[in-house]
Amino acid sequence: MSELMDSGLMDYDEALERFDPVLGLEVHVELGTVTKMFCGCPTGFGAAPNTQVCPVCLALPGAMPTVNRQAVEYAIKIGLALNCEIAELCRFSRKNYYYPDMPKNYQISQYDEPIAFGGYLDVDVDGETVRIEIERAHMEEDTGKSTHIGGATGRIHGAEYSLLDYNRAGVPLVEIVTKPVTGTGKAAPAVARAYVAALRDLLAALDVSDVRMDQGSLRCDANLSLMEKGAPEFGTRTETKNVNSLRSVERAVRYEITRQAARLAAGQTIKQETRHFDESTGTTAAGRSKETAEDYRYFPEPDLVPVTPEREWVERVRATLPELPWLRRARQQAEWGFTDLEMRDLVAADGVSLVEQTVAAGASPGEARSWWGSYLGQQANNRGVTLAELPISPTQVAAVVSLVNDGKLTAKLARQVVDGVLAGEGEPDQVIAARGLAVVSDDAPLQQAIDDALAAQPDVAEKIRSGKVQAIGAILGAVMKATRGQADAGRVRELVLKTLGVDS
Amino acid sequence: MTTADEPALTRDDVAHLAHLSRLELTDAELDTYLGQLGVILHSVARVGEVAGDDVEPTTHAVPQTNVFRDDVEVPCLPHAAALASAPASYEGRFRVPQILGEEA
Repeated sequence: MSELMDSGLMDYDEALERFDPVLGLEVHVELGTVTKMFCGCPTGFGAAPNTQVCPVCLALPGAMPTVNRQAVEYAIKIGLALNCEIAELCRFSRKNYYYPDMPKNYQISQYDEPIAFGGYLDVDVDGETVRIEIERAHMEEDTGKSTHIGGATGRIHGAEYSLLDYNRAGVPLVEIVTKPVTGTGKAAPAVARAYVAALRDLLAALDVSDVRMDQGSLRCDANLSLMEKGAPEFGTRTETKNVNSLRSVERAVRYEITRQAARLAAGQTIKQETRHFDESTGTTAAGRSKETAEDYRYFPEPDLVPVTPEREWVERVRATLPELPWLRRARQQAEWGFTDLEMRDLVAADGVSLVEQTVAAGASPGEARSWWGSYLGQQANNRGVTLAELPISPTQVAAVVSLVNDGKLTAKLARQVVDGVLAGEGEPDQVIAARGLAVVSDDAPLQQAIDDALAAQPDVAEKIRSGKVQAIGAILGAVMKATRGQADAGRVRELVLKTLGVDS
Repeated sequence: MTTADEPALTRDDVAHLAHLSRLELTDAELDTYLGQLGVILHSVARVGEVAGDDVEPTTHAVPQTNVFRDDVEVPCLPHAAALASAPASYEGRFRVPQILGEEA
């Protein structure tokens, strides 16, 4: 907080007038293998602490690691999809540090010989393609999870210690590192977000990870530095960790731009450090000072022999690469008949797969897009959640669409049914039953309401009878009011005209 | 890589290494280890005198590559056994002293 008081934040536009941001993104993806990187422990999320551990991942004396072939294959697949070269020979290295999240006191990673290097990912940012150069993708193992007790949390009075769960220690990771991304200017936060989104979609399509940012199976560290316009060299960068959603990626980059700009403008320096992003405030705060690469004293892992992926293996993996998400989207757009703008809005709202599933459940593409794009989009906005986080499934949306098409719900009633589903009142059928929302399709009560309306407004009835059919609105309104909006307007119209003997 | 020609290890280097290893060393100990580490580095550096650029660095004594295991689950340690040798545990987790510089 004192930092904020020191130099504050510079207005975003002003910051971009003086400085050019340089981005670097490191994305860690937990691979969807059944077992860990170097031992046969399962990798499932959410198990009781320390129930998915063995002598290898607990670093008990004498235990030796063995590489998971499937993890290597997934790493190759990721490398190929990112247009990387796959190393003819690569090794694992030890990254040494004293921190209890790894019981070995080192993490097995790759240092100067990553399995994949020199690729790129083309990312769509507001209709423009931005090429993000990939420096490398390397294999490593995830760390354990630490929980800090005491101090500010005061959970246990007077006690200050950390608790370690090693279930995650040893889960296979691939770390994907970009080259410095320059020249994005004001769009830097949007580019960062679009890159992580594209990478997430790509990894999901490759079926190598469940890419759940909320569960930490996809994590992003955002490096950012500023250089004065025209400066010959990059400035000092910070590395912001704990950026656990697409929105946070954007916010964290934006925040760092305004924070660093204010410091630099005030003649202060930027300290190379790890910072932590706080979701609740949208700010970053200094973490531990970063040890330099030298301090990690990387050296080749003596317990593991080199990996030399045969070219036949690499080509076999290449042959399994699926349709890439952006090509798939182009195909879907054509199939669904959406305009560029409609498709872009849908992509921006993260609604493509929801529309796809809604269509698969029987709705037309237009109806599916209309629901997810407008009414549900508003609901998600109001609640501050993503479309996918709304408590309604594509199947339920398709069911509502089908009820509307069958004349059992009007558009207005359909929204009420959706509201009911969102409020946790059950399936659409249950909401309709509980709230009494079904369209009044029995003609008898409708006829009664129509007769009443016509009797109450004889002048309107006369106009309609004489051919001024547009006057029917007043009668429709009265009937809808009488039936509390549950009548099918089309049917009411037919009945009114029939009653008055006018051809429809 | 230190070669025989390069400047020797300094006392500050040893102090830095001790810090990275979270070892608290006295001045006398720093001097002792400065001498011992110097001898080790000097010995290792001699390898560089005989290995020319045409010799690939060897990182493993066994000339093998691609030793893999299948992605098949094997039984884990029973929970109690996993925690058995921990000096302290709490709610099924390993309990360690507070990590310095880390917010609670």
